[in-house]
Amino acid sequence: MAFWKLFARNRGAVIGLVILVLITVMAATAGLFFPQDPFSLAGQPMSPPGENGFLLGSDSLGRDVAAGIAHGAKTSLLIGLLATLVAVFVGIVMGALAGYYGGFIDNLLMRLTEMFQTIPSFIFAILLVAIMKPSIESIVIAIAVVSWPAVARLVRGEFLSLRNREFVQACHTLGMSDLRIMLGEILPNCLSPVIVIGSLMVATAILIESGLAFLGLGDPNIMSWGFQIGAGRTLLRSAWWVCTFPGIAILLTVLAINLVGEGMNDALNPRLRERS
Amino acid sequence: MRYVVKRLLQAIPIVLAIIILNFFLLQLAEGDAVDVLAGEAGSATPEYMAELRAKFGLDKPLPVQLAIYLKNVMVLDLGYSFRHEMPVSELIFDRLFATVLLMTSTILLAVGFGVLLGLVAAMGLNTWRDTAISIFALITYATPLFWVGLMLIVVFSLNLGWFPTSGMENFAMFYEGWDRVKDIAHHLVLPTITLSLFYLALYTRLMRASMLEQAGQDYVTTARAKGVTENRIMFVHVLRNALLPVVTMAGVQVGALIGGSVIVESVFAWPGLGMLAFEALFSRDLNLLLGIFFLSALLVVAVNLVVDIVYSSLDPRIEVD
Repeated sequence: MAFWKLFARNRGAVIGLVILVLITVMAATAGLFFPQDPFSLAGQPMSPPGENGFLLGSDSLGRDVAAGIAHGAKTSLLIGLLATLVAVFVGIVMGALAGYYGGFIDNLLMRLTEMFQTIPSFIFAILLVAIMKPSIESIVIAIAVVSWPAVARLVRGEFLSLRNREFVQACHTLGMSDLRIMLGEILPNCLSPVIVIGSLMVATAILIESGLAFLGLGDPNIMSWGFQIGAGRTLLRSAWWVCTFPGIAILLTVLAINLVGEGMNDALNPRLRERS
Repeated sequence: MRYVVKRLLQAIPIVLAIIILNFFLLQLAEGDAVDVLAGEAGSATPEYMAELRAKFGLDKPLPVQLAIYLKNVMVLDLGYSFRHEMPVSELIFDRLFATVLLMTSTILLAVGFGVLLGLVAAMGLNTWRDTAISIFALITYATPLFWVGLMLIVVFSLNLGWFPTSGMENFAMFYEGWDRVKDIAHHLVLPTITLSLFYLALYTRLMRASMLEQAGQDYVTTARAKGVTENRIMFVHVLRNALLPVVTMAGVQVGALIGGSVIVESVFAWPGLGMLAFEALFSRDLNLLLGIFFLSALLVVAVNLVVDIVYSSLDPRIEVD
């Protein structure tokens, strides 16, 4: 309850949450309102918005833009969440090992993290998807591979500062195993910054996914916003709506997630609130 | 000087690791260079392919192949692009200029405007100006670059006709000298604005936060106690210190900038490395893609090195840890 009060104090965060809930509902009910395959021809090609029964118009093949947006919401949210979960998991493992054991392991893992942070991440993601062939799995893996270092650094810092605290020393004296101390004692104490960074990472993941799909690296069997824009770019002169509406969908989703992430930051890290 | 040497030595393992990563990515891909060659030729006997593999050293054990690869990369031999029928390194150097031009103008625009907006926001804290700038930063931060590019084309190229839709120059006009420079600058406007928007938002937020942090420091109180005017405190004392993190960030962001330029260049058909990567993607030219990846990673390492060194001479408090 206290969390909700602190969260609600940030007006932007509440607006973001409302938008996010609406988009989630849209994704969940896509099959109800648009039962047809979004790739199928639904009617007159190149219809402007509002004509021939198309709410947001149709593209050169007569595909319904609105149906594409509704079905694309599922793809964006799914990939964003999955990729973030994988990245957070890898980041926690790496960061916990480095921060808890220190010394050689820390050195090795942090060099690895540094290397991954040096590599231009978007080109790396392109390369990974191109090598693994575009599919949901390869896109999730590629996004996770380029996103975990931030989590690893954060978790390592938290573990470093917590590992010599008295409660951890007490656990050692009680004879707890390292794994139990890491998972049961230290990790719960550094979860809130991880949740905040994770929620912001979902937004970045959605942006990367849409960029990949725009370049033609999306899963060919699944409708996504980036694909719609990529397919519509040749029609810019004659059918502006094909590119415009999916872009607004991406913008709103990413904006909403960023706002919610900031709200969570305010609620979970009250100490940091005065800073910005 | 010792710092510079130390920093250079630190960069070597990273570059080595990137080369090794590159090698393993190449191994991960289905088929090798010989398969590609055979595919290009249309038909090839298994004996001929085995002979080719022996010629390229592809039949040797992995560690030996890695050593050969390392040696090749050291002399900047990044392999051969069978689609373009040119060595990869030559192709990349042909396109490097366009990308560097786009990136330089983007950094200048983003840092310049970001610092300005952040300054305005911090000076009028919690006024309508601050709120407007914050909302602007929030929205641009969430906008996909390719979509901004396409929307700018719709408005400024197709409807208003102010700027060209694509390319770097108008070859049909055979411009020379200053006319050519002007023509390229004209083509540069929209891609630069598109690519700089995201970073503009980043630098604005950073500059605002940095200004606010510096304004609370002790030296500001001291200056105020000495009777220094508020304007002088802001523009001479605080501004100079607040700029430091923004400059570092600009260096760190070079990697992301290269990624962004792939998208922006493919939207505007800007003939740089990003466009080359896009073409390589379409023609499944993995060798070329890996070469671009390697060079951009190298570029990031180099830029970070330069920023760090310049920085340590600007601010003696910064040391190697």
